[in-house]
Amino acid sequence: MGTKPNTPSAADHLSTPTRLTGAEIVWATLVGEGVEDVFGYPGGAILPVYDALRKFPIHHTLVRHEQGAAHMADGYARASGKVGVCVATSGPGATNLVTGIATAMLDSIPVVCITGNVSSKILGTDAFQEVDITGITLPVTKHNFLINKTEDIAPAIRYAFQIAKSGRPGPVLVDITKDAQQATAIFDFEAAKPRPNRPHPMLKVEDKALTQAAELIKSAKRPVILAGHGVIDSGAMEQIRTLAERAQIPVALTLLGLGGFPASHPLNLGMMGMHGESWVNHAIQESDLLIACGMRFDDRVTGTIATYAQKAKKIHIEVDPAEVNKNVKVDVALIGDLRHVLEDLLPRIPSADHSGWLRSIDETKGASAVRDIKNLPDSGHLYAAHVLHDIWRITGGNAIVVTDVGQHQMWEAQYFHHEHPRSLVTSGGLGTMGFALPAAIGAKTACPEKEVWVVAGDGGFQMTSPELSTIAQEGIKINIAIINNGFLGMVRQWQEFFYEKNYAATPLVSPDFVKLADAHGLPGRTVRTRAEVEQAVAEARSTNSAYLLNFMVEKEESVYPMIPAGAALHEMIRRPAKDPLVESADDK
Amino acid sequence: MLHTFIAYVEDLPGVLTRVASLFRRLNINIRSLTVGASERKGLSRMTIVCDSTAEIGHRVRASLFKLENVVDVDDVAQTATVTRELALIKVSATPQNRSQIFDLVEVFRARIVDLTSDSLIIEMTGVESKIEGLIEVLREDEGRILEICRSGKMTMRRGNHVSSVMAAMGQLADAVEEDAHAVVESD
Repeated sequence: MGTKPNTPSAADHLSTPTRLTGAEIVWATLVGEGVEDVFGYPGGAILPVYDALRKFPIHHTLVRHEQGAAHMADGYARASGKVGVCVATSGPGATNLVTGIATAMLDSIPVVCITGNVSSKILGTDAFQEVDITGITLPVTKHNFLINKTEDIAPAIRYAFQIAKSGRPGPVLVDITKDAQQATAIFDFEAAKPRPNRPHPMLKVEDKALTQAAELIKSAKRPVILAGHGVIDSGAMEQIRTLAERAQIPVALTLLGLGGFPASHPLNLGMMGMHGESWVNHAIQESDLLIACGMRFDDRVTGTIATYAQKAKKIHIEVDPAEVNKNVKVDVALIGDLRHVLEDLLPRIPSADHSGWLRSIDETKGASAVRDIKNLPDSGHLYAAHVLHDIWRITGGNAIVVTDVGQHQMWEAQYFHHEHPRSLVTSGGLGTMGFALPAAIGAKTACPEKEVWVVAGDGGFQMTSPELSTIAQEGIKINIAIINNGFLGMVRQWQEFFYEKNYAATPLVSPDFVKLADAHGLPGRTVRTRAEVEQAVAEARSTNSAYLLNFMVEKEESVYPMIPAGAALHEMIRRPAKDPLVESADDK
Repeated sequence: MLHTFIAYVEDLPGVLTRVASLFRRLNINIRSLTVGASERKGLSRMTIVCDSTAEIGHRVRASLFKLENVVDVDDVAQTATVTRELALIKVSATPQNRSQIFDLVEVFRARIVDLTSDSLIIEMTGVESKIEGLIEVLREDEGRILEICRSGKMTMRRGNHVSSVMAAMGQLADAVEEDAHAVVESD
């Protein structure tokens, strides 16, 4: 525990070529790349690397399962924008990373994974704890390396960082044989620099296309900006805001785009897609121009493609050429870094007034708001929506929320209003249950000054709950909100809607989470009524250690609105109006 | 429709897997794939033929470019090319019925490269349809064909063409520059 003392030699390595062991080269290269924290788990084939750790100013967090290490590196990267690093041994250590690597791949998160492998002499012999991890991770990494020569370690790691960060970011794995870790080579950090990043040859932002896009925006009557993860990745928050404000265009966000445009902004419509509010999806269906910025028209966002935004022309600004025209055919493609493209586009965009269009969207909101569960009076029932809305109010929204996957994730997206980028850390593409707890450890490690909340369901929390030990060992202060409804809630909801309430394998028995926290020396309490929420949240925030809140919420509540899989964006299941529980005035 | 991609890839272990894995991931069946040395040191040249929807060309090319070891990709589905395939066909033939095969080989402009008392090997280079034609005729006699070995297609654009990517790499400065992909992208 604690940061290791910086030996004088560690810094010198970077300026003076020195003979080092491969293991030392691993750390020296990471130090050179600016790494301060790594997450990992030792084992035989990575032992030389661990042996050398004490000589370098890098803090290592020991995880309880390598999946946690990958998620922590991922959470670290999402919260900070820097590259996250995780370390694992060969065989099962490496395979345990795979879910975490795929999670980072699907959400374009820069992560570098370093794994040990058996010695090169016995590579391919099914030696103890040998696995072909470069083969296994090939489809879920941007690139990977199998390194069996000491002199190749530094160039591979430096190249891995470049690949992870460049273009559309993603995970890279560097697998290093044990003998390469043990042998020595001259470490020359400067010489190990990779060749300059080759931009994707199909990036293309032509003047003609910019003009076309500007013309479409000028002539649009009902435009909508679709803002995705790319807004945050390319740091285009100001540019999106300028575009929206100047041309008075409403902004709809993807799940991973939340925070890229302030929730409180009058032009912010909210989240689009499967659990987006009805007015957002209606606006998209009624729109005559969609300006898609750093998003990829995922099926959770479009509903059935055949009926998606039929009246709209589409402009797609995207950094990955392979995403253009993949799901939705677009009229103008601007393939490049979003911020740069918008900087080129903005001078061509004059002020405009779309007040009629904005008003018509507003008019569709009215009925929805009344049915909104957050506007429910206290009836003794505890709803997840209340919990999340209250956490938002009490924290003033100034927290990083790390969610798991399922109903609570959607309620978080609906009821916690994100003002700032990197304030929501969530597994969108892969939808990885068990993500929240370890990713929050990574986020807190990256941003120790920030308040970090875990929001997880009772199902997903149990997938990685051993990381509570990591929290205890590292003394990490995070607040954990378990939305406990005794079901695998989102699956149960699908069973309710589409499988005649056949609740096959969704009722879930859980341990007493407060006792579980207690077993780790961490305080916590169970909350059963709304009246207790505020005080419980305050208690969690004022406690110096991590604090677990076990919210016993309504068991069979569903996330509304919902677009059934395969349905059109406007064919959503609305909030039930007849339910007396959900008809009330706003409680603001 | 049939797509033909030409890819220049780094000559390193595992690169073929990365390319093949991309097609597998996209659920596209590769009809044929040939790999060999190219005019550039350290780079292999692949000709990949696959059958998929008309729109897939852009995505395959864009996805191939995302692979770190892929240096250049050309989609030649819509351009004038020369395509050849090599086939070795072993047929049973006795001294009594050999002459019949000799005639066939003459007509198809193929060659006999091996001859034994009961079999011979025909070598043939040409476009796919020509090779198919010879095989079809040989099949008329049941049991005559003993083995078929086909190389898969090798394709080259006609004319003095160098892709913009290769030109940008600076080592082909004298070659004629041309937007290699204009035809494909204007679709």
